[in-house]
Amino acid sequence: MRDKRMSVDDVVAELRDGMTVGIGGWGSRRKPMALVTAIAKSSLKDLTVVSYGGPDVGMLCATGKVRKAVYGFVSLDSIPLDPHFRKARQQGEIEVAEFDEGALQWGLYAAALRLPFLPTRAGLGSDVVTNNPELKTVTSPYEDGEELLAMPAIHLDAALVHMNRADKFGNAQYLGPDIYFDDLYCLAAEKRYVSCERIVETSELLAAGPPQSLKINRMMVDGVVEAAGGAGFTSCVPDYGRDEAAQKAYAAGDLFAEAS
Amino acid sequence: MSDVTRAEICIAACAEAWRGDGEVIASPMGRIPALAARLAKLTFAPGLMLSDGDADYLTDPTGADSHVEAHIPYRRLFDFVWHGSRHVMMGASQLDRFGNQNISAIGTDFHRPKAQLIGVRGAPGNTINHPTSYWIANHSPKVFVEKVDVVSGIGFDRARAAGPAARFHELRLVVTNLAVLDFATPDRRMRIRSIHPGVTVEEVIAATGFALEGTSHPALTPQPDGEALRLIREVLDPKGTREREVPSAGRV
Repeated sequence: MRDKRMSVDDVVAELRDGMTVGIGGWGSRRKPMALVTAIAKSSLKDLTVVSYGGPDVGMLCATGKVRKAVYGFVSLDSIPLDPHFRKARQQGEIEVAEFDEGALQWGLYAAALRLPFLPTRAGLGSDVVTNNPELKTVTSPYEDGEELLAMPAIHLDAALVHMNRADKFGNAQYLGPDIYFDDLYCLAAEKRYVSCERIVETSELLAAGPPQSLKINRMMVDGVVEAAGGAGFTSCVPDYGRDEAAQKAYAAGDLFAEAS
Repeated sequence: MSDVTRAEICIAACAEAWRGDGEVIASPMGRIPALAARLAKLTFAPGLMLSDGDADYLTDPTGADSHVEAHIPYRRLFDFVWHGSRHVMMGASQLDRFGNQNISAIGTDFHRPKAQLIGVRGAPGNTINHPTSYWIANHSPKVFVEKVDVVSGIGFDRARAAGPAARFHELRLVVTNLAVLDFATPDRRMRIRSIHPGVTVEEVIAATGFALEGTSHPALTPQPDGEALRLIREVLDPKGTREREVPSAGRV
């Protein structure tokens, strides 16, 4: 079996200008910040970023990496709005596709299942349809004849997620309260990179959590990066909670605030 | 009781939104709605499901003898949203007469908004799939507007236009620091259901940027009864955090 270990810099070297990059986590929770920070400091540009947005989106906006943001929200949780994302929006610096957060899941799921779209109600009647004029509806071919939103597949060139544990083959484990959509990002992407707090032997994975915590497996992963603290300053429970002081510093303009 | 505060009246009024809901997820956004959902669960709506803020659902979020009764991560939560097993109470930066809500952005140019807010979040999916109520801590013409800039949660006019796919759309109550509003009018325009003790109907009209229905002789919002007050003060919020969202200018 292939040893997929690589460094943060190896991952960044595999990315290209103009790529669509999906970033796992949710708000300011279990974001792959070691990878995001390396992208922010790289020469990459014109990225389309797909995210349940937190400081990943803000940091990449503030460093001029983002051509387009695809999201349902951008929030730092304990700080409701990300000032860097707001600034980019208010200065008209980025394109956006703002979807209902459930419809965003549907777009990733459609890509994962190699379907062109999935039908949903979420977005009908709202300005999501007005502000994303490329969206189309689909009429049920069955008796009900309902007209639904055809949420298009969101194909990713690369997915970046941060997990609590992984082995060197790409079997990865979350130990916190929620996987969020990290496994979907991996299935929706061409290249899948998992950073983790600690790389362990496969035989040790079940020491930390039950088989159900192994939501990402080696079929879904191309690269594994050991990055202790790699979600900081966002939360990565049970390994660590959010570093509120560092998040405050980030929000105040110190983009690469050192963990306190 | 004569020493009931405005915040306490708002909590009891918000709790009423969940009356009769049975076994569904109650998702309160904001301090007053969070206290209200717990009050409803402890009194007349014991079937409500309440989360710990993450994915665990607790039998009694404020009690000493509380247990995890369910685990509902976001993926599963969206299933329940689309299934209809939920009643959310959201906030709104703008709200119009048909209940269209904006939490996305302020300004008429979506590509360069005057103020970017959090994003539409789950508002489009919530409002078209299950009952929705709103909590507005600061009833003002800035919030209650003729036309919202970005329709995030959909109102009755938008739901009608969306056809049969929007048949699960249902806006229940809009509770503010001044009044309780609903949409029980023939064409589902917002009306005054009741005004809080100590508030005049003129104040409510002046604080609303469109013409409200039901302005002649509105009812008075009921005060919480003795047991509800005890629960609010001694069990749910002994530190008085409710005053942060609705400060008392004085007792009513």
